[in-house]
Amino acid sequence: MKKRNIALVVLIAVIALIGAACSSSSDSDGGDFKVAIVAPSASNDLAFTQSMVDAANKLKEDGVIGEVAVTDGTFVVDDAAVAIRDYASKGYDLVIAHGSQYGGSLQEIAPDFPEVSFAWGTSADTFGLPNVYSYEAASDQGGRVMGLMAAALSKSDNVGIVGPIEVGDAKLYVDGFKAGVLAGKPSATVNVNYIDSFSDVALASEAAQSLIGAGADVLTGTAQMVVGAVGVAKTEGVLWFGTQANQTSLAPEIVVASQVYHWEHMLEEMINNVKDGTLGGELYKITFANDGLVIEYNDGFDLPGDVKKIGDDAVKVFKDQG
Amino acid sequence: MSDIFTTAVMVAVVASAIRLAVPLLLASLGETFGQRSGVLNLGVDGIMLLGAFTGYYTVLKSGNVWMGLLAGAIVGLILGLASAVIAVTLQAEQGISGIGIYLFGLGMSDLLFQKLVGTPIPIDTFPAIHIPVLSEIPYIGEMFFQHSLVIYLAFAAIPVATFVINRTTFGMKIRAVGEYPDAADTLGVSVSGVRYATEIIGGTLAGIAGAVLALTLGIFQQNLTNGAGFIAVALVYFGAWRPTGIMLGALLFGFVNALVLELKTLEIIPRDLSNLAAMAPAIITILALVFVARRFRAPSALTKPFTRGK
Repeated sequence: MKKRNIALVVLIAVIALIGAACSSSSDSDGGDFKVAIVAPSASNDLAFTQSMVDAANKLKEDGVIGEVAVTDGTFVVDDAAVAIRDYASKGYDLVIAHGSQYGGSLQEIAPDFPEVSFAWGTSADTFGLPNVYSYEAASDQGGRVMGLMAAALSKSDNVGIVGPIEVGDAKLYVDGFKAGVLAGKPSATVNVNYIDSFSDVALASEAAQSLIGAGADVLTGTAQMVVGAVGVAKTEGVLWFGTQANQTSLAPEIVVASQVYHWEHMLEEMINNVKDGTLGGELYKITFANDGLVIEYNDGFDLPGDVKKIGDDAVKVFKDQG
Repeated sequence: MSDIFTTAVMVAVVASAIRLAVPLLLASLGETFGQRSGVLNLGVDGIMLLGAFTGYYTVLKSGNVWMGLLAGAIVGLILGLASAVIAVTLQAEQGISGIGIYLFGLGMSDLLFQKLVGTPIPIDTFPAIHIPVLSEIPYIGEMFFQHSLVIYLAFAAIPVATFVINRTTFGMKIRAVGEYPDAADTLGVSVSGVRYATEIIGGTLAGIAGAVLALTLGIFQQNLTNGAGFIAVALVYFGAWRPTGIMLGALLFGFVNALVLELKTLEIIPRDLSNLAAMAPAIITILALVFVARRFRAPSALTKPFTRGK
């Protein structure tokens, strides 16, 4: 009986592993620089993970990268650590640990592979290791820009924000958006609801319901669980501002604009450094000034010209600041 | 603080609690049938995930939410059958095999989503049905009578399940097999047959629960259930293996979640206590579980494979 049990468990585990393995992808065409990305959510999550996968694929199209491998869905940090170590041992030139939660693992793994370059974000910490880059997004910039537009669009003077966990990139965006709304309309109410999860779509949906119930007629949110909140906004006819990736396809009727991360400029510079022999030790930050952040408007949404001007002017201020 | 006690806020909290409770309720009900017959299935979450994806994909292709619900039920039925083969016929250790089914559902639902859909695409959801007259009652109507049909059906399943378990010959066989399988076998009851039936019922309801979740949210995403299947298993213990108790547990879990969300929205909970507040549903459920466990006992044959003559 024991043998049969073991055989069954092994069979099921193998099937599960096949499933997990198939969610990784590896493509190759020309060039010999190999980049691996390990990320917590799906590579097409219309949010954080997709932004990095899109950037790497763009550089592959441009011939900067020869091969891109992706292991997504590693919301369990230990699984991510296995993938990071695996890619490093297979000779990938740059292994990107795309999630601030992977920092502890990377700090242990990177010293074991001094010839491999690692990048992790969003964070400003390279642990003092010579082969670790860190990167972050000035998401508060886009948050402020869209907050200013939200204030101008809100008729109830009440704006709601669905947040995941109050850390890193998400906190920056939420704080920036709130500051933008209050700068545009100091008397406005801005309710923020951190649901303490990056993945609970149902809870994000209910948080959006709660914010709308409190009077919000414009919503925003960050991280991959916001797809639930966008659905509620669409049903209730409430406007939505996206971030990390262009979220227009989720609800073309109500998405006004999205702050989109373009990591490719940063990534290209990082890769050139690695090719020149500098494997790490630097911090990168994407901003409007370096074209790492871009506001993408929904062409299908009839945005009043004066509101768009508010957004464009705010972007210009950030660009001018450098 | 007084903001939370306004009628509008409490109406919103109760309506939200009901929506959050329904997937848990359906999955827990199904698991109750299995556990009452002596089979523990920890793979509920995996079955929910595959039910959710199948329901989502069917609606994406057909545009018909009821077809989606049916597809989720069929997938759940098949996985329930697979669970029965593993637990009843092959007599695998139930806890471990359940985890295997969970991992299979988690990986396969994500794989299918990546290969067949890719980027999340919104789908139609169940329309809300305003029950004539009742939905017009101030406050009460908005709380209880303006939901989608599946929510009403889920709550209608409670008395049905109670009746089946306590008042039918099939229910008597389930209870007998879960408590004294040797005695039931001596009386001519097919222990394996009953356990197969309850696992299939459980799988089907878990598949429906997943489909309801996806078709209520109108979207599918990797690990959409976020562990709801495991909470559903805990709620079976919380509810002392009785449908009414399970309903109360699911509603309590949903209510605490909804209340915490509302308290955060109204900034009644300080931001730095937000993490603690997020744990409240789990903590309250565990505390309640401790008290329930002292008063009720699990079916005697739970997790014990049956072999005639042993």
